[in-house]
Amino acid sequence: MKELIQVKNLSKTFSLSAKQQKIEGTREKRKTAVKGLSFTAYEGEIFGLLGPNGAGKTTTLRMLATLIRPDSGDAIIDGSSVLSDAEEVRKKIAFLTTDLKLEGFFTPNYLFDFFSELYHVPKETIKERKEMLFRTFGIDKFAEVKVANLSTGMKQKVSLSISLVHWPNVIIFDEPTNGLDVLTAKVVTDFLLELKNQGKTVIVSTHIFSLIEKVCDRVGVIINGEMAVCDSLKQVQAGMALEDRFFEIYKESVGDTDE
Amino acid sequence: MNNSVLTIMKKELARFFGDKKVVFSTILLPGLMIFILYSFMGSAITSQYTVEEDYKAGCYIKNLPDDDTLQMMLNENFSFHTVSSDEEIKQAKKKLQQKETDLCVVFPENFMENIAEVFPVTSNALPPEVQIFYNSSETASETAYQTMSGILNEFEGILSNRFDINKSDGVAYDLAKKEDMVGSIFSSMLPMLLLIFLFSGTLAVTPESIAGEKERGTIATLLVTPVKRSHIAIGKILALSIIALLSGASSTVGTILSLPKLMAGAGELDGAVYSVTDYLLLALVILSTVLVLVTALSLISAYAKSIKEAQTFATPLMILLMLVGITAMFGTGAKEELYYYCIPAYNSVQSMVRIFQFDVTTNTILVTVASNIVVTFAGMFVLTKMFQSERIIG
Ligand SMILES: Nc1ncnc2c1ncn2[C@@H]1O[C@H](COP(=O)(O)OP(=O)(O)OP(=O)(O)O)[C@@H](O)[C@H]1O
Ligand SMILES: [Mg+2]
Repeated sequence: MKELIQVKNLSKTFSLSAKQQKIEGTREKRKTAVKGLSFTAYEGEIFGLLGPNGAGKTTTLRMLATLIRPDSGDAIIDGSSVLSDAEEVRKKIAFLTTDLKLEGFFTPNYLFDFFSELYHVPKETIKERKEMLFRTFGIDKFAEVKVANLSTGMKQKVSLSISLVHWPNVIIFDEPTNGLDVLTAKVVTDFLLELKNQGKTVIVSTHIFSLIEKVCDRVGVIINGEMAVCDSLKQVQAGMALEDRFFEIYKESVGDTDE
Repeated sequence: MNNSVLTIMKKELARFFGDKKVVFSTILLPGLMIFILYSFMGSAITSQYTVEEDYKAGCYIKNLPDDDTLQMMLNENFSFHTVSSDEEIKQAKKKLQQKETDLCVVFPENFMENIAEVFPVTSNALPPEVQIFYNSSETASETAYQTMSGILNEFEGILSNRFDINKSDGVAYDLAKKEDMVGSIFSSMLPMLLLIFLFSGTLAVTPESIAGEKERGTIATLLVTPVKRSHIAIGKILALSIIALLSGASSTVGTILSLPKLMAGAGELDGAVYSVTDYLLLALVILSTVLVLVTALSLISAYAKSIKEAQTFATPLMILLMLVGITAMFGTGAKEELYYYCIPAYNSVQSMVRIFQFDVTTNTILVTVASNIVVTFAGMFVLTKMFQSERIIG
């Protein structure tokens, strides 16, 4: 199997403003969100990043998507380095996270065309792909409604389909089912499996155990910015329910540290 | 032009023109407001200092001479009552004080007989005296006084016609050119006004487009696409410049149309004295100025965390621009030294002064436009770097 995504020793430290220090309940001026994180995702698999709030999942994925630069380490995505070849990486991936908003003034239809043009997708392909994605997520009914007037779940569906305008081989989704009801969440998880069937490589981050159990081939558990365990789902579970196993892992790794 | 730049521009323009209210308030409203305001101010000023044309001043006259020519001249300009007693004159003066009438004239008795005699300047005997009472705190009375003195002087001239002044028709005695007047008024007022209009147009859209996108998290969505940061910067600056230009154009048209009314007291003000070339050069200067303003505000907006912050940061810039604009009102014409035309904003003001004073030189315009374009490119470069910085965007 081809190692499509290689993450090597990624680290990221943020400097905290006074306000952020208060929120974090710390007097430290700096916060290391990701510490020497490494993992590999193989072509055609769904890789899950599991971790509690603040573990560093979003920060890791933002580095993979070239939105922020790692302080040290590198990641190679389908042969391109996030450090030296950011533009190439951006062409090869789809990235979805709650921080990426769509302009409320425009309709899903307009935005789909706009982003397709930015990726230089040919005109006929745009039309076909839009029909397919809008049908999958039921967006056709509100394709001409301004995004500002859509519900959270509808917005998430639109963001999802727009992140795929260029139909890339690597798909990086941060909490793709967040804020969705069970029906819509199922549409999304089914869609992730469909992407896998089409040979795409998918990385999802989540703190929802059932999502990992349903779709992931392999999983990495992040705690406090470090990779606690990273293996196939079966190996990580070790015959237990993922949730129970997670608490064990959590205890082990937090026990490991100075607390 | 590059495809992505065009796509970004198209989206910016669609965002702006898709919102009818915003279009109305940034493009139509400024021009309309300025036109109405200036026209209103103009007519208010005019009516304060002039008297209506068909108004005939009221006038009391004692001992009106029995002369047809004089009476005809008076009839044309005054509606007058003749009185005979001193008591009536006393009453008339009271009315004058209370602004109920405009003038009160007392001729000496036997005026026509007495003036037949010639009084050489050297003689001790005094000629008959006409007294005109008026009230200078009332414009109509003041004007009536001028008219009456004029009529009497003319009448005196008719009686002893030794020579005339400026009597022949069809000779232009006033040699001041219409251009000089228009030039001095336009060149002292318009540069500052134009600079402010262009800046407010820019301020209406730039923070919204850059700081606003940051604030709402929509710029990050753009940044995960493979579009070059420089293309985003160029696309935004060009689209915003088009909008700012339209807004500035509307204010300018409003001003030029209403300026003649505002300056009504100063005679005829007509923008038609400028040639097409003058207007084209003006457009060139304005265009390059808009690029500089949009770039400056884009940088401020990219640095700011929110629209509000961007607007706050822009206030000192606005004050600075006003001060630079005011320099056009003072001093003796435009600067000659070319290096003045390298300073953004100041170079625009100086170039506009030259254009309005019919004093354009190719060099100054070239240096102005070139240095503005250089500044714009430098700004685009910095903006690109800012879009790459996670401290700004992250
Ligand atoms: N821009 C930033 N500035 C300062 N601190 C940050 C920044 N981004 C993230 N952090 C901090 O880094 C840590 C990891 O955050 P991150 O968002 O990666 O966690 P997460 O695993 O995605 O959590 P969640 O499940 O809540 O989304 C947190 O403590 C967070 O406060
Ligand atoms: Mg997160």
